Amino acid sequence: MTASAIEDLLRELRPQVLGALVRRHGQFEGCEDATQEAILAAAAQWPAAGVPDNPRGWLMAVASRRLIDQVRSDHARREREVARAIEMAPEDVPATDDTLVLLFLCCHPSLTPASQTALTLRAVGGLTTAEIARAFLVPEATMAARISRAKQRIKAAGSSFSLPEGAEREERLRVVLHVLYLIFNEGYTASSGSELDRADLASEAIRLARMVHAQLPEDGEVTGLLALMLLTHARREARTTAAGDLVPLDEQDRTRWNRGLIDEGTMLVKASLGSPALGPYQLQAAIAATHADAAAAEETNWPQVHALYLILERIAPNPVVTLNRAIALAETDGPLAGLALLSTLDGDQRMAGHHRLLSVRAHLLEKAGDTAGAYEHYRRAAKATASIAERRYLEYRASRVRA
Amino acid sequence: MQFLISMHINPAVLDALTDEEKVALGGGHGTFIAALKESGELITTQALVDPSQAAVVSVRNGQPVVTDGPFLESKEYLGGFYLIDCESKERAIELAAQIPDAAIDGLGVEVRQVMFADGPLEA
Repeated sequence: MTASAIEDLLRELRPQVLGALVRRHGQFEGCEDATQEAILAAAAQWPAAGVPDNPRGWLMAVASRRLIDQVRSDHARREREVARAIEMAPEDVPATDDTLVLLFLCCHPSLTPASQTALTLRAVGGLTTAEIARAFLVPEATMAARISRAKQRIKAAGSSFSLPEGAEREERLRVVLHVLYLIFNEGYTASSGSELDRADLASEAIRLARMVHAQLPEDGEVTGLLALMLLTHARREARTTAAGDLVPLDEQDRTRWNRGLIDEGTMLVKASLGSPALGPYQLQAAIAATHADAAAAEETNWPQVHALYLILERIAPNPVVTLNRAIALAETDGPLAGLALLSTLDGDQRMAGHHRLLSVRAHLLEKAGDTAGAYEHYRRAAKATASIAERRYLEYRASRVRA
Repeated sequence: MQFLISMHINPAVLDALTDEEKVALGGGHGTFIAALKESGELITTQALVDPSQAAVVSVRNGQPVVTDGPFLESKEYLGGFYLIDCESKERAIELAAQIPDAAIDGLGVEVRQVMFADGPLEA
């Protein structure tokens, strides 16, 4: 087996081993450390010595031994008893896949989103703390503190290692999906520095979403999120020029879109639209699929895009959704209709001075022939954004409208 | 999201503090740093020497010209900063409000989001 195949195998086994350990012994923090050590040992030994016949059992045995060592090094009486219990437990490997339970635990509601994403990448994704730190452009010590605090919080919350039931399960699943969405976006909006590392985050989010989808194939929103990621990722190559400049959707070279990802994403969207209740991810995926369906920007089915945004606005009201609907409305009913819809957002505190509101207004003013207004709003939007690539793009649009 | 929280100090205001107030100010920063480290939100923090020790460098006709003293003629100077990584601007503002300088008249605490970063983070 090649080194990269071993790496893939380890990443797949990691959450299963950790899940099984936590299920048996509790103490998430200790099990997480022990699993990490077992994975490192395997990564060092397997390429030369070969992969054992039962790789999962091997990892379980090594991780359990590490856990015993950890507990033994502590002199508390209660923990010595735990050590005996661990020692006596048979080295069998449970058949159930605990990956999903583990994901629910990492996305525990008592954690901040930043901690949820970090812990998910480490415990389920199998990234090292250094890799996560690099991807989020923070020092390793900062990330290590964040992860360690997250583990302590989970311990303090006293969460049991099982899938929540009923409404709570639904609610917790939404958090899991949101965390995967955040990880994906972090990779997609490569704003600075090590863009390659961040692209990996998008792939990792897709891998995790596939894992959840394999466990819950009937859930419409899980399917919708996976589809949304695939359809967005399909445009990745066309989204920037070689120099790193942004290319807007209507100017992208659509032959550079990844057909395989689009086909898979579109198929998933179609499958998910049959589910009883439509959710925001399904609708956003349906919108992305509508764009993907047009061979050229002029062929976009804007009435359908607008209708989908309208439903999205009803089920998940949010000023950014209204903003996007204004763009679609401008295509179906003209720029003045779009501008009228935008003006309904003027009193919204969440959007005050937001660069997206300014840039969309600039775009619609340009379409309406108000070049002075468009110029002013592109300039203001350029000042308001926190992304250098976006600022460059908006400044370019400002100079283009003036020329 | 990364933010720079810069602390604009006024040497005259600092000099006028009582010894107890100075100790409380230093202790407040210590507590703040410990909490930021624990929450995993601190990237780095640095304090700068007195503005009288600054040098302004310009190049004219290809020749560097060095002038001792700060660039701005002002009562307030950049005294130091916290570089943090946190959830949102709201959180950054919440953290900035915990900096003891924010409670002292004449000292300024400013929050700005980072737009571009490069270089070894562990330096």
